[in-house]
Amino acid sequence: MSRITAAFQEKRALIAFITGGDPDIETTKDLIPAMAEAGADIIEIGIPFSDPIAEGPAIQAASLRALTSGTTVDKLFDMVQEIRQSVRIPLLFMTYANPVFAYGTERFLQRCSDCGIDGLIIPDVPYEEKEEFSPFCKQYGITLISQAVPAFEERAAMIAASAEGFVYCMPASGTANSPIEASAEAINKLKHTVSIPCAVEIDNTVPEQGNAVIDCSDGLILGNQIVKIMDEHKQNCIPFVKAYLKRVKKNYSVQ
Amino acid sequence: MKKGMFSQYGGQFAPEAMMHAINELEEAYLYYKDDPDFCRELNELLHHYAGRPSLLYYAEKMTKRLGGAKIYLKREDLNHTGAHKINNVLGQVLLAKKMGKKRVIAETGAGQHGVATATAAALMDMECEVFMGEEDTKRQALNVFRMELLGAKVHPVTSGTRTLKDAVNETMREWVSRIDDTHYVLGSVMGPHPFPTIVRDFQKIIGEEIREQLLKAEGKLPDAVLACVGGGSNAIGAFYDFINEPSVRLIGCEAAGRGINTKETAATIATGRTGIFHGMKSLFCQDEYGQIAPVYSISAGLDYPGIGPEHAMLWEQGRAEYVAVTDDEAVEAFEYLSRTEGIIPAIESSHAVAYAMKLAKEMTPEQVMVVNISGRGDKDVAAIARYKGVEIYE
Repeated sequence: MSRITAAFQEKRALIAFITGGDPDIETTKDLIPAMAEAGADIIEIGIPFSDPIAEGPAIQAASLRALTSGTTVDKLFDMVQEIRQSVRIPLLFMTYANPVFAYGTERFLQRCSDCGIDGLIIPDVPYEEKEEFSPFCKQYGITLISQAVPAFEERAAMIAASAEGFVYCMPASGTANSPIEASAEAINKLKHTVSIPCAVEIDNTVPEQGNAVIDCSDGLILGNQIVKIMDEHKQNCIPFVKAYLKRVKKNYSVQ
Repeated sequence: MKKGMFSQYGGQFAPEAMMHAINELEEAYLYYKDDPDFCRELNELLHHYAGRPSLLYYAEKMTKRLGGAKIYLKREDLNHTGAHKINNVLGQVLLAKKMGKKRVIAETGAGQHGVATATAAALMDMECEVFMGEEDTKRQALNVFRMELLGAKVHPVTSGTRTLKDAVNETMREWVSRIDDTHYVLGSVMGPHPFPTIVRDFQKIIGEEIREQLLKAEGKLPDAVLACVGGGSNAIGAFYDFINEPSVRLIGCEAAGRGINTKETAATIATGRTGIFHGMKSLFCQDEYGQIAPVYSISAGLDYPGIGPEHAMLWEQGRAEYVAVTDDEAVEAFEYLSRTEGIIPAIESSHAVAYAMKLAKEMTPEQVMVVNISGRGDKDVAAIARYKGVEIYE
């Protein structure tokens, strides 16, 4: 069983996103083990990109902080290699197509594999363009995570059918203000079509009790909540991030 | 299955949240592009509203003074709203209307595409919001007011370099956040498929008219067609009809800014390399780690770090040539055409005029070149005055 699959066993996995190098690489290096200790089951490390078109203002600002502090792909690889000695949970890289392509897709995935990265999420590579990256992911044993919008049922089912690790479900913002029950129903439908877990990204800063979407999910993706804490507390963020994760973990990890 | 490929370039590198809308757009376009009613309505708009066909003007004084090839100017600057942008916009807004959309959004650099979109939205009763880099709202303040006058809401974009690339980022984000009733009127031959194909199809009328008009005037095809290139919509529009005519040289003129050996340049072919950004695989100005470079040109419309995928293909195949023209050369050409022919070209189009001035002398009087004057220069007058140290404000 892969480390990613194991993270979903008998619990709702808590998947936490941070931007690597925000506000600097030293902070990230201390933060990742602290997050693992506070209950994160999977950590997504964003490789900052100059033009994150799929992100809102919080992650845009975090990317800029990271780039301003001199973060590069090479520095992140070195950092991951170091913390891998002590951190056992799955670590994913999330970045845009161009930083991977510019590094050399094969070279990038080889380094991922060497330093102990488990998976890769590329938000500007949809199903139609997976082939650009998936052969190299397979070759180096890196899980390429697929994103889907469950509200687009047919498309989501098509994506999920060939997804690996877990399905990264995104809210259908921008479509007729779908009530939360409708989103939950769409996720439930999707879950019937796949054998791998469906994790959902949530927008709320503090997830509400009894949220129907969370209730039906196999994993909870904290997209920008920790990034916002980082913005507020910068280098002093660790106790605040830990406290936040512990709270979410306590309330939501039981399925 | 990969769609919208131009050799190895193009594709659909768009966030998943956008794919539903992109597929819906492709399906609608494939249906309407051959729909007789759609074609008739669009033709009527182009002829009776935009003022097509645009003139093909023989620049006799310019020809004689330069002493080489016979120079014709394709006068896209005479279109309604003053640039080639209206061709694409009328097509896309009409398409959006047929698709039942109520609202259009657009990015704009110089403001010409934003003005054209606001114009078409006013005409066809659509809500309109335009995203424009804050830097560009200052350079092109008059166009901001023009869009507002037409009923559009203009959002100054304060992320990144605050220019065209950031305006595209922000418009893509806005589209994803409200996709149901909104169509994104992309202004150039870029972005994820089907945009590069849709925009090219709506712009190819430029080259088709050049062929017909020049056959009438000279009884032959042009020996060279020149156009400025940012994303590349006016260039692909002028080139497309001649791609299978090997005798016609196709020359795209990029913005070199302060020079291709400086960091202040927007010449993608001269200084960029293959990458994946803004929905497409193409050529981009970027650093060693693939971070998109902050580009610069005096021209807000060419101030873009990428180029459309079809141009990347034409360059790779050697079918089209791409040259870099500096700010200084473009400003000189701006003044030259104004004084010589009484035509004030857009600073974007002036890049093509500048190269035409060099190339004409190397050609013979029996040869004919066509320079696409993609837009008029009224919008640039204050900025050019400032460039020359004259402090006038609009």
